Amino acid sequence: MLGEQIIKGMAVTARNFFESYVSKDRLTTVQYPEERLPQKGNTRQFPFLVYDGDDAEKGLRCVACQICEKECPPKCIYIVKSKDKKPDYKGQMQVYPVRFDIDLSVCMSCSICVEVCPFESIKMNTEFELSTADRFGGLLFGKDKLAKSNSYYQKVHPKDAAESDAVIAAEKAKAEAKAKAAAEAKAKAAAAAVSPAPPVTPAQPL
Amino acid sequence: MFNTLDQIFVNALHWLVSFVPEPWRPLASSMLCISFILMVFPAFFSIITIFERKGIGRIQNRYGPNRVGIPFTKIRLCGFGQFVPDGLKMLTKEDIVPRAADKLIHFLAPVVMLIPVLLAYAVLPFGRNMTMTDYDAGLLFFFAIGGAVEIAVFMAGWSSRNKYSLLGAMRAIAQMISYEIPLILSAVTVVMVVGSLKLEDIIAAQNQYTYGIAHWHVFTPWGLLGFVLYFIASLAESNRTPFDLPEAESEIIAGYFTEYSGFKFALFFLGEYLGMFAISGLGITLFLGGWTSPVSFLTWIPSYIWFFSKLITLIFVFIWIRATLPRLRMDQLMNFAWKFMLPLALINILIAGIWHFMNVEWQRWIVCSTLVLAAYVWLGRGLMHQQKLGKRTYRYAE
Repeated sequence: MLGEQIIKGMAVTARNFFESYVSKDRLTTVQYPEERLPQKGNTRQFPFLVYDGDDAEKGLRCVACQICEKECPPKCIYIVKSKDKKPDYKGQMQVYPVRFDIDLSVCMSCSICVEVCPFESIKMNTEFELSTADRFGGLLFGKDKLAKSNSYYQKVHPKDAAESDAVIAAEKAKAEAKAKAAAEAKAKAAAAAVSPAPPVTPAQPL
Repeated sequence: MFNTLDQIFVNALHWLVSFVPEPWRPLASSMLCISFILMVFPAFFSIITIFERKGIGRIQNRYGPNRVGIPFTKIRLCGFGQFVPDGLKMLTKEDIVPRAADKLIHFLAPVVMLIPVLLAYAVLPFGRNMTMTDYDAGLLFFFAIGGAVEIAVFMAGWSSRNKYSLLGAMRAIAQMISYEIPLILSAVTVVMVVGSLKLEDIIAAQNQYTYGIAHWHVFTPWGLLGFVLYFIASLAESNRTPFDLPEAESEIIAGYFTEYSGFKFALFFLGEYLGMFAISGLGITLFLGGWTSPVSFLTWIPSYIWFFSKLITLIFVFIWIRATLPRLRMDQLMNFAWKFMLPLALINILIAGIWHFMNVEWQRWIVCSTLVLAAYVWLGRGLMHQQKLGKRTYRYAE
């Protein structure tokens, strides 16, 4: 009969109407500022600089090698090297960046800087609410704004952070082993020098 | 107590008018009534737009607007404050007139659209003693005034000098004239049975109760069929889906008001909605008992509350249909009007006559119900006769 299908269609829409008030999983909309979806593990928005420990100035991993500055396709990174040096996590004396600026309005989130960095220092952040009312100062991120602790990195990218921690630990272990070996060799040499050694085997200079 | 609550607006009007010197009283009274209509119905319109957006949102499993509330506070009012920024946006937008347009007609069209719609409210009874002008030929006045809307639509379409506007206007004229006939013919049955064109009399005829149930016209076979016809025709008259061909967004942008922006667009929008309320209000008066209550034990609820709750219910059905049905094609629209609605309305007049002249209650119920059902099934078969309904087959795609 005429109108039968219209009645059926109206029943479908009525069911949608009432069930949207009852069952929560009908409404797929996430009401953004109040509700948020968890960030995906491989989200990348804008780079940040990792530091170890609590002090951003002291523990910054960046050694101002400027590879990222040179590789950055839109040239949004600006680095000024320091004149003095400070010890890095391995205890080695290194230069550090006096200025490290990234222009948010120029950055294209390609994460090439992350790929080229040999010191596990620059990483991508998941923070995306970066809009600002100040279009000059607000869009230029300096060292103070970019520096984030390693624990923050572990929180936003657990998998990548674990990998980079493993690399750092391996480097550190290698350096320590080397230092230990060197110290042992030195101690041996010293012992050899002190004891009346046979003259056929002179101590090797390190 | 009941009388004071029921007549509160009428008494307030009399009280206010009593401050005016004697010779000015009729004028003051009409001015107050006009301002009441100009305040209440646009306010109702703004609330209904939010209702519509929220309702359609829920039907499509979305939230709809739920942000705007009272500014500078956390109170959101479920988004019912949305109409304020919407209205402000409409008012502050640039008013663009095409260079090739007929400036005067282009300017006049929204005004000409709104005035007959507002005039139609003059004869609508919103409650007991709440008709602005108790006009003897109120129904005739309503339809005569309602016919003027088509002129405004064509003025808008023609003066814009835009092919979409003109197409929309021509579609609108064809549709409105086609559907005006079943609209009026379905109302004629009520006039036949009641014997008056006065809307107050039509309500008085429905304001009687047998076994506690009101004598609404919709509770009779011819009245039910008449109401369905009236409702479908009023959907078409107010350009609502599935009859929104004049402003079909996916085909002709916005139809006859493509070239309108800012406040003029808002006036068209307002006129369209006010027309929808007016035509629903008349449908309520003719078939749903106006401001009377359906059952006798609920007569203590004030009459204007009954009228507005019926109006909201009807508008909700309009919104529900909008969210359900797709748009018709032009030939389907015309077929439906001329091959189904018009014969059915004519048959309904016959059925109303039979109802009027048969005196035994159960006999006329059986005869008229059978006739209504037979006519509906027969004409419905005729309408679906040559249509190949079923799964669509494609010749080249696949």
